[in-house]
Amino acid sequence: MPSVEVQNLSKIFRVPEREAGMQAATRSLFRRQWRDVHAVDGISFSIEPGEVVGFLGPNGAGKTTTLKMLSGLLYPTGGEVRVLGHVPSKRERDYLRRMTLVMGNRNQLQWDLPALDSFELNRAVYRLPREDFTRTRDELVELLDIGDLVRKPVRQLSLGERMKVEIVGSLLHLPQVLFLDEPTIGLDVTMQKRIRSFVADYNLRHGATVLLTSHYMADVEALCRRVLVIHQGQLLFDGDLAALTHRFAPLKTIEAVLADGETVRLSVPKEETSEATARLLAEHDVVDLTVEDPPIEDVIERVFAGEALAEPAPA
Amino acid sequence: MSSAEAAAAPAAPRAESWLRSLADFYATTMRTQIQTQFQYRAATYGYTLGLVAEPTIYLVVWSTIARSHGGAVGGFDSGHFAAYYIVWTLVRIMNIVFTPYGWEERIREGQLSGALLRPIHPIHYDIAGFAGGKVPWLVMYVPIAAGLSLAFHPSFGTDPLSVVVFLVAIWGAYLIRSFALWLLGMCTFWTTRGSAIFETYMLAELLLSGRLLPLQLMPHWSQTLASFLPFKWTFFFPIEALVGNLSTGELLRGLAFQLLWIAAGALAVHVFWRLSVRRYTAVGN
Repeated sequence: MPSVEVQNLSKIFRVPEREAGMQAATRSLFRRQWRDVHAVDGISFSIEPGEVVGFLGPNGAGKTTTLKMLSGLLYPTGGEVRVLGHVPSKRERDYLRRMTLVMGNRNQLQWDLPALDSFELNRAVYRLPREDFTRTRDELVELLDIGDLVRKPVRQLSLGERMKVEIVGSLLHLPQVLFLDEPTIGLDVTMQKRIRSFVADYNLRHGATVLLTSHYMADVEALCRRVLVIHQGQLLFDGDLAALTHRFAPLKTIEAVLADGETVRLSVPKEETSEATARLLAEHDVVDLTVEDPPIEDVIERVFAGEALAEPAPA
Repeated sequence: MSSAEAAAAPAAPRAESWLRSLADFYATTMRTQIQTQFQYRAATYGYTLGLVAEPTIYLVVWSTIARSHGGAVGGFDSGHFAAYYIVWTLVRIMNIVFTPYGWEERIREGQLSGALLRPIHPIHYDIAGFAGGKVPWLVMYVPIAAGLSLAFHPSFGTDPLSVVVFLVAIWGAYLIRSFALWLLGMCTFWTTRGSAIFETYMLAELLLSGRLLPLQLMPHWSQTLASFLPFKWTFFFPIEALVGNLSTGELLRGLAFQLLWIAAGALAVHVFWRLSVRRYTAVGN
């Protein structure tokens, strides 16, 4: 049975809207205008236990809204969701004990106290046996190497340090499903790597299902074999990261270093790669040659820009 | 993390009773909140002194009026006024709960999202947190109350039953007010400025709870009105339980009314919460 099942999920927000200026403000006192925003528009997918799936999309695409519906924070406007067999919007205790939602821009720890005190509070909230709690806490603290941080008041931690203790706090109950929303946002490269390897390790050791959003493609490439791409509330792609490139990048990049030291870079349609390479080798004195897919960032950028949705144009 | 495999299976909730787990949660939350208060000692001193200012002003004004009327107003002499307002402060500290102002901030800052993700109703955080938070204030109020007693010579009742009922009633008052302000706070799900409704509530509370002045000094019609509303059970009754020479029947009836309002408040919160939380949009956090 899949860990996550989503059928035709949608969420419509009704938002007040008015023009700028005093006249419009006065008018809105008596007659407010509303607009329906289709944040998520009939998406369907499922995730098997233990899978790590990247959830990609530009700002406002519907990623976070989807995660909030999956975690039970938001009631869907339509469609069905089941996570670990539960309907998240019911927010049953048994469900909430088995999942976590980590949002990179949010602090859920006690601001004025050392993180250890917040961890202790989580022990009581999740009704964890003290021995299990202590063992898990010590293991997670050791894995993220934050032994010296958990005794400082949270307010005195840097963003990256806080993110690490936040993650430990979110995993003390050893959730089986992790929804990670931009867990590495604002962190330096070293810290990003650390978080990535931690998530990979947690997935491996606990067989947890992970759905991850990130604007850093390095996160996705390191952790996810499968990606979901959402744009304007609709699911554009669901499949392997490699297949994403295949589908949305019609070009290959050929780079050749010539005998005179000049470097030539060509973008050619995939089906013409062999022919273009052969011609290049035949017509020039080539000392080095590479043929590559475009970087995944470029592919994603094309998808988000809507370019890739149209039929690929010849190069 | 050499022994991580041992922790691979999710930790199962303890098999012990739900009540025992809840007691553990309350104790831990209260402890955490007391520690938080200790982080802000200066703020705690300032807040406590601020709390004392309001009743001290009432006390000075009414004592002066009592003296100018031959020693008593409406049956209250200066000793009774002193007792009323010294106990008033204690009750006021007990009545500090999470307000609609906090609700607005909680939703704006995304704190509610975190609370909704945990397997316990968020109201427990507020009840436990504010119960713990008031411990340092109560401790600090003891010397202040002693000083006020020396200055104004209050006349307290010493009947053991009154003391016991008072100790129960201040927690009853705390729960009634917690539920009432939670109901108002939940209006934030429907309007972004729920605190505007709170201002109206505060006016009614000020006049009908015994907060501004003892209810015996209010017009008869407002005393009648107050008996149909929850306010008097949050201020007037706990104070009078200690200083008002109430009969055993009146004391027990007061506790029964508190229990009634607690039950009504809990039910209303339960129903309104189920309706309101569906409207939560969690936009931007």
